[in-house]
Amino acid sequence: METEPFIVLSAILFTIGCVGVLTRRNAIVVFMCVELMLNASNLALVTFSRTNGNLEGQIAAFFVMVVAAAEVVVGLAIIMTIFRTRRSASVDDASLLKY
Amino acid sequence: MASASVLLNAVPVVQPLPDDGVFSLLWLVIALPAFGAAVLLLGGRRTDKWGHYLGTLTVAASFVLSLVLFFALLGRDGEDRQVGQHLWTWFSAGEYTVNLDLLYDQLSALFLLLITGVGGLIHLYSIGYMAHDERRRRFFGYLNLFVAAMLVLVLAGDYVGVFLGWEGVGLASYLLIGFWQHKPTAAAAAKKAFVINRVGDIGLSLGTALIFVTFGSTSFAVVSELSEGAGDITLTVIGLLLLLAACGKSAQFPLQTWLLDAMEGPTPVSALIHAATMVTAGVYLIVRSNFIFSLTEDARTAVIVVGCITLLMGAIIGCAKDDIKKALAGSTMSQIGYMILAAGLGPAGYALAIFHLLTHGFFKANMFLGAGSVMHGMNDDVNMRHYGALRKIMPVTFVTFGLGYLSILGVPPFSGFWSKDKIIEAAFADNFVAGACALVGAGITAFYMTRVMLLTFFGEKRWEPDVHPHESPRVMTIPLIGLAILSAFGGLLIVQGWITGWLEPVVGEHGAHEELPFGISAFVMTLVILLVVTIGVVVAVKLVGERPVPREAPSKVSVLTRAARADLYGDALNDELVVKPGWAGIRGLTVFDRSVVDGAAEGTATAFAAVSARFRLLQNGFVRSYALAILAGASLVLLTLLARNF
Repeated sequence: METEPFIVLSAILFTIGCVGVLTRRNAIVVFMCVELMLNASNLALVTFSRTNGNLEGQIAAFFVMVVAAAEVVVGLAIIMTIFRTRRSASVDDASLLKY
Repeated sequence: MASASVLLNAVPVVQPLPDDGVFSLLWLVIALPAFGAAVLLLGGRRTDKWGHYLGTLTVAASFVLSLVLFFALLGRDGEDRQVGQHLWTWFSAGEYTVNLDLLYDQLSALFLLLITGVGGLIHLYSIGYMAHDERRRRFFGYLNLFVAAMLVLVLAGDYVGVFLGWEGVGLASYLLIGFWQHKPTAAAAAKKAFVINRVGDIGLSLGTALIFVTFGSTSFAVVSELSEGAGDITLTVIGLLLLLAACGKSAQFPLQTWLLDAMEGPTPVSALIHAATMVTAGVYLIVRSNFIFSLTEDARTAVIVVGCITLLMGAIIGCAKDDIKKALAGSTMSQIGYMILAAGLGPAGYALAIFHLLTHGFFKANMFLGAGSVMHGMNDDVNMRHYGALRKIMPVTFVTFGLGYLSILGVPPFSGFWSKDKIIEAAFADNFVAGACALVGAGITAFYMTRVMLLTFFGEKRWEPDVHPHESPRVMTIPLIGLAILSAFGGLLIVQGWITGWLEPVVGEHGAHEELPFGISAFVMTLVILLVVTIGVVVAVKLVGERPVPREAPSKVSVLTRAARADLYGDALNDELVVKPGWAGIRGLTVFDRSVVDGAAEGTATAFAAVSARFRLLQNGFVRSYALAILAGASLVLLTLLARNF
């Protein structure tokens, strides 16, 4: 099986996520970009699992999904709380914890 | 003589016999005054009424016991006259054990009689002298404490025990000099005495430590047995350290300055502590350590030099003082200088030092108490320029003081003649310079004592208008009479060389008599000494007795007089040589501490704070910048891994 397209796709997705995290201010969008990066790595894991003919990569992908699901629950709750108190979902506005 | 020289080298070994019979009561000699001190100092005001009687009685009882012990010792053979008493083990560490042992031998026997005898008389005198002082009970408590400590000092059979007594008398001296603590001068004098004595105490503690390191023990018995095997340099260093201790306690050059200020204390204290007993502890220490000093010529030379300097300094200071007690204090320094000089002569002089110590104890205590009696009649004025013509009004004081005067001058047949004459002779036999110093000192002594005598008892009345002199009560004159008799007849101790023979087992063989300079005989030497003394007296009569005495001290005086009035600049010397460099050093250390030590600690902290203040700015609170940092870090790690693996 040809693995290169999958890896390229994974890299593109990861880069999009990465750039999104660094450039977007909206917390929801940043969050989605993080999910994009996680899924990009999931794709890479599954691809390599297939190439090598074992299940370890797939197991790791499942782990990532479970953790990502948990992270979504906690992360969205935090974003919602911040939005309620500050009336804003911008990550730049939540910058009180600093030097 | 060849066989005698073999004996000469052997130092006498301390081998105490068990304390059988009456000697088992030895501890009681110390315990009695210690008990008195405890009752008086702990008993509080309840003991105010009878405290002074208890204080006097305990010392008197101690004296009776000392007499009994002395005669018991006298009844024994020469070799058996050393008794040791083991009280208890003081402390023990590894192989080192310090026992609280008492050693009663010919030397301590004489000291016991001096301390308790003179001490008892002075206690008696103090009943009258301190009658109007509301803190009299405390005074007697301190005096008893002093007597107990002094007895510990002379009875201890171990350098550590000596140290105990040494510090005890130092404490009692401090308390008694500053007894009139409402006077700032007295408090300052007490502090000065205490501090300067500490310098000497360093010598004793270091000396004791070195003795322990060298001999593995500090008891006299062991040290005297092993001392011949020790190295020359070690012995010399021990000797010099012990000399430092003696200089502090006995007010010898260069630690002499405290004694003149110590006259701030009540006069009985000056008589007992700063004339008769405590200040002679240094002489005792050197004579007791004869098994060290006999073996080290160098240390003994240092002792002689210190003695000569001090005997001249003290005499010169005594010439210029108008304060009667300070004149006597200068005299005490000078006379102790004679003792130290004699002790430095080695086996030829140890016994003479002790002999002079005894006779000096008698006549100087006598004269101090006489001075106290005069002050008592003159409303506590100490300035001799305000005295004059007191001989008719205070006949008992005059006669007793006069006997002390004749004695210190060395007029035959009074006690000082026998002791001082012998010391000057022995000094000449050893070294011409030392002998000359001692001879000149005798002349100056005659001058200043005659001056004191003339200013106080002769000449015109120069009293303050409201002063009505009177003879002191009998409780004060009886001790004066007792001490005067002792000053007059104390010289009997040397009849047929009794005292030298008595002390010989302790201090070693006298050795062959060396020749006097120019081959003159001892008789001619005595005549020369008497001639010098006469010159001193005549000069004093011409300069002081036959001229009117101004009531104010004249300010236009010679350089020498001005120097003597300033204690020969002893304080200034200490100030320049010790205190000021000390201050400079401390200031330097403070600057070093502030700038270098603190600078290093605080500078490190400041540097870290400055650096972290810059790094802190990275925590800017923007999540995206953290994310960028994480990306950068992750990329870096990834690139590194790639670079290393391909």
